[in-house]
Amino acid sequence: MFAEFLQFLLSGVTVGAAYGLVALGFSIIYNASHVINFAQGEFVMLGGMSTVFLMAAGLPMPVAVVLAVLVTVVLGLLLEKLAIEPARGAGVVPLIIITIGASIFLRGVAQVAMDREFHAMPPFTGDAPIMIAGATILPQSLWVFGGMAVMGMLLWYFFARARFGKAMLATAYNPLAARLIGVNTRLVLLCSFGLSALLGSVAGILLAPITFTSYDVGIMLGLKGFCAAILGGMGHGAGAVVGGLIVGIAEAMGAGYISSEYKDAIAFIIILLVLFFMPNGLFGKRTTERV
Amino acid sequence: MSQALKRKLADPRTGGLLGLAAVIAVLPLFLPNNFYYDVAIGAGLSAIVCVGLNLLIGYAGQISLGHAGFVGLGAYSSAVLTVEFGWHPLAAMTAGALGVGILAFLVARPILRLRGHYLAMATLGLGIIISIVVNTEAEYTGGPDGMTVPSLMFFGRELYGEAVWYWIVGAALLFTVWLSLNLIASPVGRALRAVHGSEPAAEIAGVDTAHYKVLVFVISAVIASLAGSLGAHYAGFVSPANVGFFRSIELVTMVVLGGMASTYGAVVGAAILTVLPQLLTGLEDYEHIAFGLILMLTVIFMPRGLVPSFFTIARNRLASAGAPPP
Amino acid sequence: MTRHFIKRTLAILLTAAAALAFGAPGAPASETIRIGTFLSVTGPASFLGDPELKTLRMYIESINKDGGVLGRKLELVHYDVQHLADKAKTAIKRLIEDDKVDVIIGPSTTGTTMATIPLVERAGIPMISLAGAVVIINPVKKWVFKTPHTDRMACAKIFGDMKKRGFTRIGMISGTGGFGKSMRGQCKGLAADFGISVLADETYGPKDSDMTPQLTKIKNTKGLQAVLNPGFGQGPAIVTKNFRQLGMGMSLYQSHGVASKKYIELAGAAAEGVRLPAAALLVADQLADNDPQKVVVVGYKKAFEKRWGSAVSTFGGHAYDGLQLAISAIARAGSTDKEKVRAEIEKTSGYIGTGGIVHMSPDDHLGLSLSAFRMLEIKNGEWTLVD
Repeated sequence: MFAEFLQFLLSGVTVGAAYGLVALGFSIIYNASHVINFAQGEFVMLGGMSTVFLMAAGLPMPVAVVLAVLVTVVLGLLLEKLAIEPARGAGVVPLIIITIGASIFLRGVAQVAMDREFHAMPPFTGDAPIMIAGATILPQSLWVFGGMAVMGMLLWYFFARARFGKAMLATAYNPLAARLIGVNTRLVLLCSFGLSALLGSVAGILLAPITFTSYDVGIMLGLKGFCAAILGGMGHGAGAVVGGLIVGIAEAMGAGYISSEYKDAIAFIIILLVLFFMPNGLFGKRTTERV
Repeated sequence: MSQALKRKLADPRTGGLLGLAAVIAVLPLFLPNNFYYDVAIGAGLSAIVCVGLNLLIGYAGQISLGHAGFVGLGAYSSAVLTVEFGWHPLAAMTAGALGVGILAFLVARPILRLRGHYLAMATLGLGIIISIVVNTEAEYTGGPDGMTVPSLMFFGRELYGEAVWYWIVGAALLFTVWLSLNLIASPVGRALRAVHGSEPAAEIAGVDTAHYKVLVFVISAVIASLAGSLGAHYAGFVSPANVGFFRSIELVTMVVLGGMASTYGAVVGAAILTVLPQLLTGLEDYEHIAFGLILMLTVIFMPRGLVPSFFTIARNRLASAGAPPP
Repeated sequence: MTRHFIKRTLAILLTAAAALAFGAPGAPASETIRIGTFLSVTGPASFLGDPELKTLRMYIESINKDGGVLGRKLELVHYDVQHLADKAKTAIKRLIEDDKVDVIIGPSTTGTTMATIPLVERAGIPMISLAGAVVIINPVKKWVFKTPHTDRMACAKIFGDMKKRGFTRIGMISGTGGFGKSMRGQCKGLAADFGISVLADETYGPKDSDMTPQLTKIKNTKGLQAVLNPGFGQGPAIVTKNFRQLGMGMSLYQSHGVASKKYIELAGAAAEGVRLPAAALLVADQLADNDPQKVVVVGYKKAFEKRWGSAVSTFGGHAYDGLQLAISAIARAGSTDKEKVRAEIEKTSGYIGTGGIVHMSPDDHLGLSLSAFRMLEIKNGEWTLVD
């Protein structure tokens, strides 16, 4: 019985860690601009797919990984520069629509430039399962979880200690005031997209050996990550991580103990419940106004 | 022509409606066979949904990322209630619309009391849940393979075939446009425009903003449901493929391209995005790229959309034509 | 900038409208034999439609080089419908009414086939579907045929093999896509006939990335001897990997839905020992020399792999069979008269194709027997013949 529970938990934590990384990406951009970046899932796809194709071109894995992250970050910066920046001041709804357009566009480009098939990626450190009290976990799952922990810690340090990180937080809190004290808010917005792309691509690369990758893996991961971000409280870093883990674990437990048929609905039911009963999420600032 | 008549024709409520009716009446002359009728009907059904969605996007300033879910609920209500429970198609259609209206109300009521764009998130979740349900409950819905729907009977006559449905959908579209134009011109529309301009100001003026937004959302969802029912009876088949997230985005794209806050823009946007893929067959690989680009470029370079931009330009031309050249 | 953009857009739209209104190709049916097809070339079922379209293109080219059929050249008219029933309905109207094709091959999926059957029946045009589910031909529809084995036959083949190995208590984990859902239903209905009881019945979504929770439940169901996984795409590969990760001792069976090299590539070492029913095409080189299918499957495999440089899958083979059935019926009918062609397809007897030997009749619009399926096992990363 306990082994079963533990297995569900380990599965949930692995998937949840990936959701958490995606949710962090949503939160960073939301903080800088109040934009919900629906192209976040595509960053995940780009990370995984680029790595696979660079490796197929003969590059050793570490080089391919670094290049894939760079490619994704550059695309993230271009997205901000070419699509978000020109439409600034147009309001939040148009900006959200732009990011939706960008996500469809990126998916289309990946489909044409790479291909429509699923691809496997070799695990970083073998795939002999590790036994824990009757449950098993793949070494790659530890990489995913570790990756999320490291990224989370780096971000925390960045926002709490680094000057530029604080500038980003200040922009999130009050853009006008931030500009008045000399923060370059345009640069902040640009960097938020670069940073999100970085997080997304790392998630995509860590996850690909477990789940495979293809041009359309970003849709569901993006949407579930979005659910996680809302659950944790949009714009809240630790909330994003916790939200991701909760969504992942809820899915695994739901599939294990209740019904696997409605597993995919769990994340979206969570969204509705959160919006109904605590629209700020678990950790969000109490800023939501009721009218 | 008398001034009064001129003014009447320039008013979108009469002039525009007459124009649209004329287009619908003349179009069959250019439709050589059923395939062309089919495309026209598809465009008409999408246009009906978009006119409703446009009320929400253009006038309430909210987006719905789950409208395909409402269309799907309407379609499946018609399919399941008639096939599995033997209801009369019109009763099924009404029940579907009522159900969707109540669901939309229950979801929107708490969420539109919050300031911000939470409706987008909620409708996204709701739309996906609806699509999972119709995929899963195969016992009633036929699951991923879909199910067949009986023809609509009207006073003992079977309504079948593109030529018949063309006029049904055309009439439904005219009615929806008329409804939308009247709603916009009514006190509700004025209140909404005030909300869109400045929400706090509208509130100070005593407008219950949330109330109007909920009302518009419910209306747009009910219109979507009715269009879904019509579509199900026309096609004789429903499947979950068009209930998904991507279809919802497609609908939003139609509204954005045609022009937010423009009823005729919604019609034009729906027509363009329905016809375009038929002209570009063989280029399906590039469909996503084209779609994404249309969305981004429209919002960046033509944020008001095709129809309003076109009229602005036309008006400027007319004005400058009268003036001496610079 | 904006003004220019609008002008350009308007120009394109007007041209488009004009093209739609006046550019309708009035099909000169007397010249060529028009073969219509609407496949899932993009979207989640592209692994079906892609090899199918390639196969049709390649063989129509070569048939035309050899002089065509009845002295007339073949012409392929194709529309991509992804997996969408709506697109399929529009495409079939276009094929029938606008392109005035003589015979239809396709579509790729059960959903798109079922959506179009009423229209095909009303229009009266022979259609040879390339989709799997048994509902397409049972009950028989006058104008609709199909080439792939049914999911019901796959269940029977698998259960037969299980019985032979003494497995009577099994678990199932099925994809919730159209294919997995249909086969799950067929297998559950058929299990009792073979004395097999399905003691665990789990599902997973088409985009799921982790099936360990479902498999853990199956693992903890007492006394299971085998697990069956109906589904296609990447899902079965993930199931296979998770199955090994959990160290599950029982035998794993896959369906004919994974009968392409991609599955072995994705699942890697985890696929060792997995069994599945599939057409002879996958093991072309291992067939006995006196096997009647040997010449056909080896020929198709060589031709496909030479032309496209990618490994052959059974799905392309279905299209090959469909095309051959259609043109031999047209040749026998001596015309493209739809009723005559339909009757000739129905009379097909002894056609040796990639899927098996076809004997059609008015009650059987598939014409394959269970023997058309071979039971395969994956050994050292290759398909090997079990029986």
